[in-house]
Amino acid sequence: MFENLRKIKLPLTDAVVRSLTAGDLVSLSGELYTGRDQTHRRLCGLLDKGLPLPVDLDGHLIYYVGPSPARPGAVIGAAGPTTSYRMDPYTPRLLEMGVRATMGKGARSAEVRQAMLAHGAIYLATIGGAGALLSKRVRASEVVAFADAGPEAMFRFEVIDFPAVVINDVHGRDFYEMQGQRGG
Amino acid sequence: MREIAGELIIATVRGLIMDAAVDLEPDCATALALARRQESSPLARDLLDLLLANVEIARQEKIPLCQDTGIGVIFVELGQEVHVAGDFVAAVQEGVRLGYRDGYLRMSVCDPLTRQNTNTNTPAVVHVESVPGDLLTLRFLPKGCGSENMSSLAMLPPSAGSAGIVDFVCQRVVAAGSNPCPPVVVGVGIGGTFEKAPLLAKRSLLRPLGQAHGREDVAALESQILARLNATGQGVLGLGGSTTALAVHIELYPTHIASLPVAVNIQCHAHRHKECVL
Repeated sequence: MFENLRKIKLPLTDAVVRSLTAGDLVSLSGELYTGRDQTHRRLCGLLDKGLPLPVDLDGHLIYYVGPSPARPGAVIGAAGPTTSYRMDPYTPRLLEMGVRATMGKGARSAEVRQAMLAHGAIYLATIGGAGALLSKRVRASEVVAFADAGPEAMFRFEVIDFPAVVINDVHGRDFYEMQGQRGG
Repeated sequence: MREIAGELIIATVRGLIMDAAVDLEPDCATALALARRQESSPLARDLLDLLLANVEIARQEKIPLCQDTGIGVIFVELGQEVHVAGDFVAAVQEGVRLGYRDGYLRMSVCDPLTRQNTNTNTPAVVHVESVPGDLLTLRFLPKGCGSENMSSLAMLPPSAGSAGIVDFVCQRVVAAGSNPCPPVVVGVGIGGTFEKAPLLAKRSLLRPLGQAHGREDVAALESQILARLNATGQGVLGLGGSTTALAVHIELYPTHIASLPVAVNIQCHAHRHKECVL
């Protein structure tokens, strides 16, 4: 599967985002930011107060992951995706801030799909439950915000050949739905 | 009375936790390999190859199979002729704390309201059952919550019968979609009361995969649900194929004449569990 994937550079360009279609298998290389429940709650808390975000998310991909701790000498521990619907309440606001792609596992809400259409953003799924394998595709990792949240902190990852499937494209297509298998 | 030292319990629980996170039990690894051989979708076959590769990397490099190393669930069978000096449950929790720390496992336990992480992955959920004899059995199940969140309970009317049970279980698994990381293991608890059915469902996950229930009619129900789930086409990670579930395990308990509780506890393909008899 790794051999025939379309290679994509991160951060994504507008042209690349628009060229991707639901069901495309891709291999991502470059810089992304991570965040799960607490990072999303806090990012939106900052926006509520009119405060600046800790990093400029414009054009970036947010990967929903709470990694396990790195063993001594390792870049990161297991680093597979968490379930995306828990981030649904926060996602439209982050798309407004310029986030062009999100990545996790599982279907998104109608509101998020609508917001993706409005902002020309996409959603990808990576391999749930393959945390050890995916950890080998993370070349560098640093905490950029909310360190006190432990595994829920916001990290910057440098990834290489990170496998993913495009679920929602800019045309409103949904790969889970296209198979008639969209879950709740 | 047979004495078992608290230190032995601490060390045993610590070891179970560290092993479970990185070393998938043969029953689950075999089920994944069997699914790979039987799967018809090329994408699903590729994905199963990745999941099998993940199992090997985890085992060899001691990297957790999944970053969600769970909230600990421990089933204890405590022989009536066993005496543990001191606080037994505190010893189990200390083993949990050390296992998560020393195994470089993720701290995923928090206050349910403030969401403040306890930073020790304690407390684990501990179920202690008294049994005859002088043995102490510890069964550890690190429960990831992508799958746990997809679980549910129904208090069905008895008129729903077996058909109603099958419909409810299948509907829950299908609605879960790709969220719980299929191919899933489906634990089903039928009977008892409002709190008993989920406990049966959780406990059923500890049965080795591929082993049917001892009662013929129950085993038939397990096969029926499994066949129906694998015919949905939902497939590996919800991306299509004939492998949506690896196994369906049902456990029963007598219930009230007015009642038919049915609980579904969904487990992901990284079905980690370890046990030890002291």
